[in-house]
Amino acid sequence: MADCEKALRELDTFLDGELSDATRTAIHDHLDGCPDCLSAFDFHAELKSVIAQKCQNDEMPPGLLSRLEQCLHIELAPGGDGSA
Amino acid sequence: MADRRTFAEQAMPFAPQLYSAGLRMTRNPADAEDLVQETLLRGFRSFESFTEGTNLRAWLFRILTNAYINRYRAKQRRPQETDLAEVEDLYLYRRLGNLDAVFSNRSAEDQLLEMFTDDEVKQALEDLPENFRLPVLLADVEGFPYKEIAEILDIPIGTVMSRLHRGRKQMHRALYEYAMQRGILNDPEPAGDASDG
Repeated sequence: MADCEKALRELDTFLDGELSDATRTAIHDHLDGCPDCLSAFDFHAELKSVIAQKCQNDEMPPGLLSRLEQCLHIELAPGGDGSA
Repeated sequence: MADRRTFAEQAMPFAPQLYSAGLRMTRNPADAEDLVQETLLRGFRSFESFTEGTNLRAWLFRILTNAYINRYRAKQRRPQETDLAEVEDLYLYRRLGNLDAVFSNRSAEDQLLEMFTDDEVKQALEDLPENFRLPVLLADVEGFPYKEIAEILDIPIGTVMSRLHRGRKQMHRALYEYAMQRGILNDPEPAGDASDG
């Protein structure tokens, strides 16, 4: 029980890959023998992946890429800010 | 020292990511477009200060975030430091934990992908107050490590961690409410007798 509490306290840092090797190994060991915690960790890993996938797929408005390129092209031209 | 003439070639591949993140920050396509343009111009003008071989993506995201915060704070006059209501740990998991019983035996990831629309997940993130939204965006969508997020937002790592923890829980609760509203999930504690003759 105490181990479950300890493991769940590190749920975020574990999934974010922010733990020391030793703590990471200790949690892996706990998850190997604890289906309840494993299920909670799996769920959150999958949820995190779903959130990332669904929040990154915006299409740029048509023409934006070329407007941005043009903008940088003007900056690079002699005169710098496009006033030349 | 980085050469300005190579900036466009190196930075433009990140434009779609910057636009998406800008959209989550500003919640408005026109503002997101302005923000990306401002980011690339600022990046171009200060490219000499970028050290070749270091993380250009992180460097650009730092400019993007600063540009957003400066604009936002200029508009708001003072930063939005909203607090969140307390949400219990494992909120969504405790309600969806037995997905296998609800659906077929497909993976939980497939089920979650199907359960929430893109718009709902985006909305749940965008509805977070700024001080929680930015850490969650940078960690969960953009995959930056805590240290990088602390530097980008200029807050201590401990603050990054606590805001992530609370921001995520709030977002999970919003997702649960969307699923309930669409009738995908039944209230686990129906009031009164559930029999319908």
